[in-house]
Amino acid sequence: MSPLQACLLFSSALFSLGLIAVLVRSNAILVLLGVELMLNAANLNFIAFWRYGPAPAEGHGVVFVVFALAVAAAEAAVGLALVIALHRHQRNVRLGDARRLHG
Amino acid sequence: MIALAAIALGTLAAAAVALALRDLIHSALLLIASWVGIAAFYLWAGAEFIAFAQVLIYVGAISMVVLFAVLLTRPPTAPATPVRSGRTVPGFLAGGAVLGLLAGAVLSSPLPAGMGAAPAFGVRELGLKLLGPHAGALLATGALLTVALLGAVVLAAGRGKEDAP
Amino acid sequence: MHLPVQLTWLIPALPAAAAAMIAVVPARRPGLGAGLALAALAGSLLLAVLALGGALADPAARLTHTFTWFAVGHGAIRLGWLLDPLGTLLAVMVAAVGLLIFTFSLGYLRDDPRAKQFFCFLSLFAGAMLGLLLANSLLLLFVCWELVGLASYLLIGFWFQRPAAAQAARKAFITTRIGDLGLLLGLVWLQDSTGTLLLFDGGRGVLEAEALGSLAGATTVGGLAVSTAIGLLLFCGAAGKSGQVPLHVWLPDAMEGPTPVSALIHAATMVAAGVFLVARVFPLLAADLALPHAPVHALSVVATVGAVTALFGAAVAVAQDDIKRVLAFSTVSQLGYMMLAAGTGAWTAAIFHLLTHACFKALLFLGAGSVIHATHHEQDIRRLGGLRGRLPVTGATFAVGMMALAGVPFLFSGFWSKEAILHAAHGWAISPLPFLVALAAVALTAFYMTRLLAEVFAGAPRGHGAETAHESPAVMTVPLVVLALASVGLGFLGTPWWPWLQRTLDPTFKAEAGGAGLMAVSIALVAAGILAGWARYGRHPRSDARAPDPLARSVPRLHRALAARLGCDELYAATLGRLNAALAAAANALDRSVWDGCVRLLARLGAYAGLVSRETDEEVLNGGFNAAGDGLRASGRAYARTQTGDAHGYVWMLAAGFVLLALAVLLGGAR
Repeated sequence: MSPLQACLLFSSALFSLGLIAVLVRSNAILVLLGVELMLNAANLNFIAFWRYGPAPAEGHGVVFVVFALAVAAAEAAVGLALVIALHRHQRNVRLGDARRLHG
Repeated sequence: MIALAAIALGTLAAAAVALALRDLIHSALLLIASWVGIAAFYLWAGAEFIAFAQVLIYVGAISMVVLFAVLLTRPPTAPATPVRSGRTVPGFLAGGAVLGLLAGAVLSSPLPAGMGAAPAFGVRELGLKLLGPHAGALLATGALLTVALLGAVVLAAGRGKEDAP
Repeated sequence: MHLPVQLTWLIPALPAAAAAMIAVVPARRPGLGAGLALAALAGSLLLAVLALGGALADPAARLTHTFTWFAVGHGAIRLGWLLDPLGTLLAVMVAAVGLLIFTFSLGYLRDDPRAKQFFCFLSLFAGAMLGLLLANSLLLLFVCWELVGLASYLLIGFWFQRPAAAQAARKAFITTRIGDLGLLLGLVWLQDSTGTLLLFDGGRGVLEAEALGSLAGATTVGGLAVSTAIGLLLFCGAAGKSGQVPLHVWLPDAMEGPTPVSALIHAATMVAAGVFLVARVFPLLAADLALPHAPVHALSVVATVGAVTALFGAAVAVAQDDIKRVLAFSTVSQLGYMMLAAGTGAWTAAIFHLLTHACFKALLFLGAGSVIHATHHEQDIRRLGGLRGRLPVTGATFAVGMMALAGVPFLFSGFWSKEAILHAAHGWAISPLPFLVALAAVALTAFYMTRLLAEVFAGAPRGHGAETAHESPAVMTVPLVVLALASVGLGFLGTPWWPWLQRTLDPTFKAEAGGAGLMAVSIALVAAGILAGWARYGRHPRSDARAPDPLARSVPRLHRALAARLGCDELYAATLGRLNAALAAAANALDRSVWDGCVRLLARLGAYAGLVSRETDEEVLNGGFNAAGDGLRASGRAYARTQTGDAHGYVWMLAAGFVLLALAVLLGGAR
């Protein structure tokens, strides 16, 4: 197994863990953290491909991760603010209860 | 390779336990550990700047926000949000299927093998890239962050007394 | 002085930038926002006229400017602008009509506290619409296409406090999205088989001979040529946007929006985008005509759908009592005409009718808006009446619009464009039916427009609003007069003796003589329609608001069926709603967490299948559908029931969909 494959397996496992957390847990904060893990797994892929890709000197992967981190920070801030707003409205943070928009 | 395996196992174990625990504070602390593990991976891969950014943003900032959110939204009585059994099986099925597919794709794809020297892409090169060809995107990111911050404040602050708990 | 093609982006960018600026203007100064919107659109109009000048200087040359959006691997996604007579002519029309309607809105929304938002949305719409017309890339066109859909959604739901408006906005968004799905699939297929989405690219664009040849040469399921299949998918999007049967249900409900919006978006410009798309990709749609053994030609489908829509809209318009709904169904019918023309090969006639229709239908809607404004929001024609003396300018211009729409001969533009369409339908070799249907719709159009005019303006007032009406301010009547003049003048650009417009749009256009007999037939039909309308509604206007419709007295069953719009909304509610209910019951019986997702998938498939099978249920409808009440809410709810609001369910579906897709690729053999 080449190092690149190992890195990719690592990120796949991390991504699946995040996905399972999103699917199984009902607490909105943990769901959000699961999404964060999935995002981290994607960043991991960028770095892995940058490291073993055809043009590491170009640094595309690193640049992309910088932007992804910035967006992740924004996402976490807004997401957790949403959780707090959710808590204010329904007195708990169970995602399954937040379905007032259903048809 | 051994270092990578250790980092990966540590990170994954921390993440898995974090997501299985009932107490959200413990979950958050373990997730911080897993983010540190990811930063260690970046260091191992030679992306020092990203590793520091990961530590600063995730371990430093996002973890604090998460802890505050957990504390602010803690139910006054005992934590009564058990894992709902109805969703566990399909959730694990879907996650496992995705993992299987991804792993299968990784293992069956022809990927470049071998390990060269770490590429020379330091902070200087990164800065030149960011302020050169990606300056527009950098500005847009700054605007996005500002707007997201304002939006988060507005969302979390609420509209006043009528919908305060 | 001509506009350099590299600067084309300025035309859509000006209103878009204005929309962004209005968004941050303080709300207490609505005048500033309106001024920005008007100034930006005026600038766009000026630039569009310059661009038109450049395009007309040499109609055969297509000025294009392409640029790379981003590069992935070895390929690159390229977008571009195109200045040709078709796009620039319509851009001038959109900017000009838009400017008049913006002006009208100044008066119409003077007292609305959210006028600033209104102008913000309108500017966004104008920018996206202009971008749509000038795009040289189907991808850019699609982006703008979705943006105008968004603006339309925002503006239909502008008075979102009213449940009907919010419902109508959602219905419009979801119904057009069904068509857009087809459009998107068509684009993906096109990109996959030609490697580009540029229309013209120095021989490599999708509308140029090389790509067309390969697309028409390859066949896919059912023996269809690939070009036919892609063309039909693109037509799905056009049919959704242009309110063609069976996706027409959203357009009449869209009248819940403010009247200037109905005039600009749901009569003059956005709904015509579907016709524009068909005209734009006409070479692709026509590529299969040369194949002798094709099971179906794309253009035949277009013509059939157009003919059905033209007759359906005209028939239903006869029995509506809301002034805006009559006009809305009339729009559906006229859009059907345009599709019919495009389907029979005369896309220049379709564009001609698009231009004239934009003017006189904007005029009619603004006239209706003026009536509504003057009578304190009275839209029911049973409670109007006798407005001729009270609203002289509105009445006169409305009459001009009515005669243009009805196709009163010689002086009015609608006559000439309708004549061109009838001529094309008459010459269609495949079937005479569309031609006969179009003739029937001509008579019906004259009939219902006479009815509308007589009910609103003739006789005596039948309601409080009509009794106390005063003429609207000049900021509203001046646009009416300008549009009335245009409704007369535009027709002379495309008469059979001097078909300047057709020749400009299509340099290979050949004027055919021998339309005199046809013209006589259509004049006779128009006269018959107007006389019948006058005999029923004008000679003895009904005395009070509760008097039954004269048509309801003579043919009650037919009138009831038409007034219920032939039960389309009810049918959707009955089929889709019941399907959903049955599936929901089944879902409850099963383990909710495992099967819920699958059932929802089925329900959604069922929704699409129901739409498709609706065509076959046409006969059931004509038996006189006696449905009580307004089925709109029910059908909206039927669509909405697929949206459970359960975030976990959505993510689960995403994951399952990813696994299924990946398995399909793996097992089917990756390319």
